[in-house]
Amino acid sequence: MPKILRSPLPLVLLALVIIGGVAPIWLDAYYLGIFTVAYYFGVFAMSWDLLFGFAGEVNFGPTFLIGLGAYGAGLLNNAGWPLPLCIVGGAVIAVIGGVALAVPALRLRGPYFGLVTLVAVLLLLDFIVIFAAQTGGEIGMMVPDVLSVSTAVNYWYAFGFLVIAGAILFGLSRSALGLILQATGQDRVEAQALGFNVTKHKVAAFAISALFSGVAGAMLTFYQGTASVDQMVDLSIAVQIIIAVVFGGRRTILGGVLGSIFLVLFDELLRPIGQLNTFVVSGVALLVILFWPDGVLGYVLRPREER
Amino acid sequence: MSDTPPPLLEVTGLTKRFGGLVAAKDIGFTIRGGEILGLIGPNGSGKSTVMRTIMGIERPNAGSIRLEGTNVAGWPTHRIARAGIGIVFQHSRPLNRQTVLENIKLALLPDSLLRLAVQPHVEEQARAIAEQVGLGAVLDRRPPTLPFADLRRLEMAKALARDPKVVLIDEPFAGLTQGETAIFSELIDQFRRGGRAVLLVDHNVKSVARLVDRILAMYLGERVAEGSAEEVMRDATVRRVYLGGEIEIHARPELDAVPGEPLLDIRDVDVLYGKAQALQKVSLHVRAGEFVSVVGLNGAGKTTLFNAISGLVPYGGEIRWQGAALAGRSAASIARNGIVQCPETRELFGDLSVQENLDLGGQRLAHDQQARQREWLLELFPILRERAGQRARTLSGGEQQMLAIARALMMQPKLLILDEPTLGLAPVILEQLSNALTQLRETTDITVLLGEQNVTFALPHADRIYLLEHARIVWEGNAGRFAAEMGSGYL
Repeated sequence: MPKILRSPLPLVLLALVIIGGVAPIWLDAYYLGIFTVAYYFGVFAMSWDLLFGFAGEVNFGPTFLIGLGAYGAGLLNNAGWPLPLCIVGGAVIAVIGGVALAVPALRLRGPYFGLVTLVAVLLLLDFIVIFAAQTGGEIGMMVPDVLSVSTAVNYWYAFGFLVIAGAILFGLSRSALGLILQATGQDRVEAQALGFNVTKHKVAAFAISALFSGVAGAMLTFYQGTASVDQMVDLSIAVQIIIAVVFGGRRTILGGVLGSIFLVLFDELLRPIGQLNTFVVSGVALLVILFWPDGVLGYVLRPREER
Repeated sequence: MSDTPPPLLEVTGLTKRFGGLVAAKDIGFTIRGGEILGLIGPNGSGKSTVMRTIMGIERPNAGSIRLEGTNVAGWPTHRIARAGIGIVFQHSRPLNRQTVLENIKLALLPDSLLRLAVQPHVEEQARAIAEQVGLGAVLDRRPPTLPFADLRRLEMAKALARDPKVVLIDEPFAGLTQGETAIFSELIDQFRRGGRAVLLVDHNVKSVARLVDRILAMYLGERVAEGSAEEVMRDATVRRVYLGGEIEIHARPELDAVPGEPLLDIRDVDVLYGKAQALQKVSLHVRAGEFVSVVGLNGAGKTTLFNAISGLVPYGGEIRWQGAALAGRSAASIARNGIVQCPETRELFGDLSVQENLDLGGQRLAHDQQARQREWLLELFPILRERAGQRARTLSGGEQQMLAIARALMMQPKLLILDEPTLGLAPVILEQLSNALTQLRETTDITVLLGEQNVTFALPHADRIYLLEHARIVWEGNAGRFAAEMGSGYL
């Protein structure tokens, strides 16, 4: 870690956690709802950054993992399982599905891996529509249980999960595993020549990414009371996750949270201008990506010598 | 010294094919601990394939690779690395966001998903290794800020960190200055003194001669000679591969005697690749109608020089064409102005047919002109007529080279730059190419700048010669004098 980061970063993070934690005291319910969604989105983005920023694999199908978690948990809940077990079940399904996809897909190189993950999303979409009787198809699947009826409690669930996921993913990115993943992402052959089993590490990264995506998908389902294709599986959601990471800063893990809050919050704030809101938000994101390809946090954290 | 220790690395019958191409055929050698073997050969000779196969980056089709008696042939690379073979790549790609120390630590980490914390002794070990290779002063710097030689040291440090029994080193001295070469020789000698077995892979005997115990020379996938550096340099086959056999000369000195500004005038050109000096104060000129050859071993800077002329790499100094500076012109505009390069890598459109490749070259010509030009080229290279409908990637190496030259000529260049047309081609094909060049010389007024490592091929077609060595022009003159003065010093 560069020396300039050693002092301010933990303090800044601690301040943000405190401010975020006491938000229900000073923020009205409308905004709490927006942030709740943004936090789940933030976990999607961090999970995706672990794969893209560190393992160097472009997964176009983060919503495949999220959808498995969301629909897996929803189906179990409809089958009568209690809520906590449903979240665990959704996570297990997402990890199994993710590893089952990653093991064969990682044998492919470059754009082909991305294409396979893209096709996986389309297959899941088809599956949901074909089994509409069980999954609710395009309308979405209602679940009997909800996390809580209190806005503040829902907010705290989301925020607590974001902090835990963020701490674990950020910690992993700075650990020995993070270093090895970066090496495999940057130069596969050299990483192997240094004695690292590249496939093993990449599959592990995929499983970790699937775990957090799955749990976040399941929790979002129980927050909203429905698992829906539009909000959890559709490719446009995948694109938004990717934009959130690139906007916030690739390879920073935490940047994805920043990007997610920006996308969700401004999309909501600009709602009064009608359909234009998405256009404006995407436009701003595009400008940032074009002129600061390292993203907001990536630019802030970049060592001084490279600026 | 009664009994010699068993070899650390024993390679037997190693064969590697890529499709129909035999890149390495029945290669065998042994290296003992504390011994350095040089594996030399020109580009395309298969030496890199042998190295990559030992490391498990390519899977061999046949043969065994025994590390202390265990056959590791066909193992995945990471297992071979853990078993004790390390490699120093020619091009370093360190983690740019991590410091030098962290890069070395990476090499010391276990291949485990569970040990997330870096163990304390790793830090100490990494520091010690950094000191050993001379990186002690730059531990906290990031690779992008380091000079080229330090990046090479970092690669050495990573290899050393793995504590390998066998070290493979690809072109250890490429891009280094003389002083740095001495330092790296010392580092490699440390590997030897540490009882490791070292395989040095390089283009020519000269650069590794002082360091190695023995040399194995390869050409076109086969072993051509083995022995001490002197023996290999004296070997008839090796001399033929590098120097060719009898040299014929047909220089036309009168062409360079014309007064006025030359067609192409290169003055004091410098090119840097990152931190490596690829060209240093290179000056040369070509007059209208001349055939000029730039000869030099692989890595001397020929391709860089041609890429600078074609506007593909930025350079310092001046390149003038027909009296005007080329700096600031795009590669496409330079090509439209009559300088056409036929690159070493050929750059054919593999999925298009021979005919389509030619037509693309002649895009800017009027229809009837295009037909005439194509007809003329199909006479120059009759084999292309038979192959007209075939996809370019299915042609043999020689046919591909002819197509590349023909496509370049479709653009009706004033100056044709041929970069190493003989690369990896068999002698029969060389003769056909040679005949085509002779025909071009005798029947057209085209100007040619030819880059070659194969002097026998270059000399008959050269009015004048420049010798490029380590990024610098070290000799220039006419072809006759070159044969007399340079013949033996070239290897």
